[in-house]
Amino acid sequence: MAQPTEQKPIRAPRFPRLPRLAHAVLVYALLILASLFILLPVGWMLTAALKPDTAPVFTFPPEWFPTKYWTWQTFHDALFKEKFIRYGANSAFLVVMNVIGVVLSSSLIAFPFARLRFRGKNVLFTFLVATMLLPAPVLLIPQFLLFYRIGWYGTYYPLWVPAFAGNAFFIFLMRQYMRSIPIELDEAARVDGAGYWTIYWRIMMPLCIPVLTVAAVFQFMWTWNDFFGPLIYLDDPEKFTVALAIATMVQRVGTEWNEVMAANLLVMLTVLIVYFFAQDKLIGGIANVGIKG
Amino acid sequence: MSMPARQLRTQEVVRRRRSAPTRTEERVAYLFLLPWFAGLLFFLAIPLVYALYISMTDKRLISAGREHFVGLENYVYMFTQDGFFYHSLYITLKWIFLTTPLFLAAGLLLSLLLNQKYFGMNVFRTILYIPAVVSGVAVAVLWLQLLNPEFGAVNYVLIKLGVDNPPYWLADPQWAMPAVGLMGLWGVGGMAIIYLAGLQNIPPHLYEAATIDGAGAWGKFRHVTLPMLSPTIFFLLLNAVIDALLIFGPLFVLTLRGSEGLGGPDDSLLFYMVYLYDVAFDQGFMGYGTALAWILTIIGVIMVLIMLRAERHFVFYESEE
Repeated sequence: MAQPTEQKPIRAPRFPRLPRLAHAVLVYALLILASLFILLPVGWMLTAALKPDTAPVFTFPPEWFPTKYWTWQTFHDALFKEKFIRYGANSAFLVVMNVIGVVLSSSLIAFPFARLRFRGKNVLFTFLVATMLLPAPVLLIPQFLLFYRIGWYGTYYPLWVPAFAGNAFFIFLMRQYMRSIPIELDEAARVDGAGYWTIYWRIMMPLCIPVLTVAAVFQFMWTWNDFFGPLIYLDDPEKFTVALAIATMVQRVGTEWNEVMAANLLVMLTVLIVYFFAQDKLIGGIANVGIKG
Repeated sequence: MSMPARQLRTQEVVRRRRSAPTRTEERVAYLFLLPWFAGLLFFLAIPLVYALYISMTDKRLISAGREHFVGLENYVYMFTQDGFFYHSLYITLKWIFLTTPLFLAAGLLLSLLLNQKYFGMNVFRTILYIPAVVSGVAVAVLWLQLLNPEFGAVNYVLIKLGVDNPPYWLADPQWAMPAVGLMGLWGVGGMAIIYLAGLQNIPPHLYEAATIDGAGAWGKFRHVTLPMLSPTIFFLLLNAVIDALLIFGPLFVLTLRGSEGLGGPDDSLLFYMVYLYDVAFDQGFMGYGTALAWILTIIGVIMVLIMLRAERHFVFYESEE
């Protein structure tokens, strides 16, 4: 546990009057069952990924955990022969651009909503909230046609430039967060002669790091996992992202399934590693934004 | 010595904040908002207006010459002659009505288990959240193999459990949707984590009060947990329905195999977005595809409005009391 919150242990409802031991056994049994449901497929994937090209990937009964083969060569092949190192780099580029874009622009846009007074503020903020509910599918085709017309089809631009216009959800999140920071800090800075930019960049931004992290990690996961965008905008296999590459690989005739599973495992692992590092911050983040009654 | 002067200036600042916004403050505010305005214009307003227009044309992706204005013809065709439109809508709604309650209930059950104060709950929480973090496409690639009728792990388990003729899953029109549902169930831990946050926000004194009133486990669940959790349930329901309307990536992986084509066997997995993608990007009918997108949006808005109305009856907010 990262932060020692002063939360009392909560007595949740228990299942109908069971003796304490039986209750514990039941809870553990169900949780272990659920965990096996999650982990067995992952174990199977790892087993398949560690098999050499000569071994059958599909066996009956299935092998849940690698016992016979530990061929790391498959991972090497997935990375270099199937070029997942390349796709990973492509995805990483898009992740970096999207994270920078969305964090910078969303905080910039959130700042006046949280701190400055201007005419039309309430109307604009209501409008911002309304855009969060906006229908993505309707914009899909016209955006595609417009990007197509200006020659952005087949490039990465449609996949990261819009991030620099902010994300309504993150703007909302950051505005809420900024409002919780004492206004006296701004006033003190103003007394010391700081301008609005300095207040934003030197005071707000450092204090907002927790919420900026939440936005960055979410954006990382969305961009890394995004499939539809790359699918419609990219045509050159050299430019494919990991999600698009794995989907294409699956559909190819004569695919080596051990390599598919190795690649798939790598794609999953990347995002899992990032998630594990940010876990504590994230769950609080989701809970706080999600459930504002 | 500088104290009085400093105080004076602070007071000035405070007084200034109560008055009307200064010209500079306003100008700075709009300057900060500039990227947002630019985005609204280029990525929202223009495409939106353009979408209205092209949905009323015969716009093709690759076409000789300009598109023609056809009025409401696309919409008329959709409602009067396009069987696929109705079919994909039926598939999508069927999916929503069958799986959403299942996922919501499974997530709740899981979160109740995770909320028990036993050793090692963090480990379970982390394991169960794994599928929610990884991409839908990667999950689908994995499940494509697990659901393999001959060598798949799912059928192996079923045979071991005594099922003589395990289903052909993605190859069988009857079983294709349950197959996707099973895959969806794998990711239900994402919901459980949000439920868990909701559960942990329930003040303990409510349970204490219920105990004093003689409520048993079920009574506490029914009269404390469920009402207190209803905003969370509502939030998850809203998200689940919107996600279900837009589901695409996993289906693309699960269905586009060999000669089957998008949509799975007998189009049993021809979800709305799959059909829209097929029409707009595979066949290149951009105008008709946009019309489909508008109808999907209208359906989504209607569903959200219905849920918001229902919210008043089923969702309990603490502030009301």
